[in-house]
Amino acid sequence: MPKPGWPGRRHRVPIDVLYFASLREKLGCDAETVSLVEGETVGQLAIRLAGKHGEAGQVLLERSVRAARNQTLVDSGELLAAGDEVAFFPPVTGG
Amino acid sequence: MFSVDPVLTVQAGDFCPGQEQRELQARLVAAGIPAEAGAIAAFTGFVRSERDSQGGDLLALEIEHYPAMTQVALQHICARAAGQWRLITCRIIHRVGRMRPGEHIVLVLVASAHRADAFAACEFIMDFLKTSAPFWKKACFERGERWVEACARDEARLRRWKDVD
Repeated sequence: MPKPGWPGRRHRVPIDVLYFASLREKLGCDAETVSLVEGETVGQLAIRLAGKHGEAGQVLLERSVRAARNQTLVDSGELLAAGDEVAFFPPVTGG
Repeated sequence: MFSVDPVLTVQAGDFCPGQEQRELQARLVAAGIPAEAGAIAAFTGFVRSERDSQGGDLLALEIEHYPAMTQVALQHICARAAGQWRLITCRIIHRVGRMRPGEHIVLVLVASAHRADAFAACEFIMDFLKTSAPFWKKACFERGERWVEACARDEARLRRWKDVD
């Protein structure tokens, strides 16, 4: 058995993914937990999630989509780590 | 940085701009600096009435947000403003949920010794609120609803602050 806190090769490391606004509506999903692939970037995660959500998932590949990692805006090249919270959303319209 | 900590709130309920300014002034008194602020610049944003050719009159805006990130974003915006101008304190309120035409959406108060810094920081905070804080508006009309789109004008206004780190 892997030691507590020691992932081991077979232990899947989860990250939380959140969707907001029109992206959330088009995907029909506001949140999900997915396994992290080692060395994956935010952009690669988006591609993987788009595939998972079928035709609706194409919305994740649009140029206008923004991403945050642990509540900070990041670009698609940002590397992910265990325990991250990633959010995908359209350009913001507050204020 | 600020002499008195900013108070930054995201809330569903309405606010009273006059009361918020009185409370800001009370915080200056409590901090022992009752008259250091020669200026308080204030901005209030409202839901503007609108008529869509197909959808009819605007009934309400629904504002969604990313709770964990809005607080971080508001703090970051304030920190940038305080890094650029000499500010005493500020107060930001951004409402979320459903609100009707004529209702308040957002309040920004900035206290400074002098008006130039207060005006500039207030405008800066609003420009950044519009482009970097995780809120999204949906417009609900008599016949149908649509998400408000980010506009090029707001992005263009951001570029005016290019010298602010």
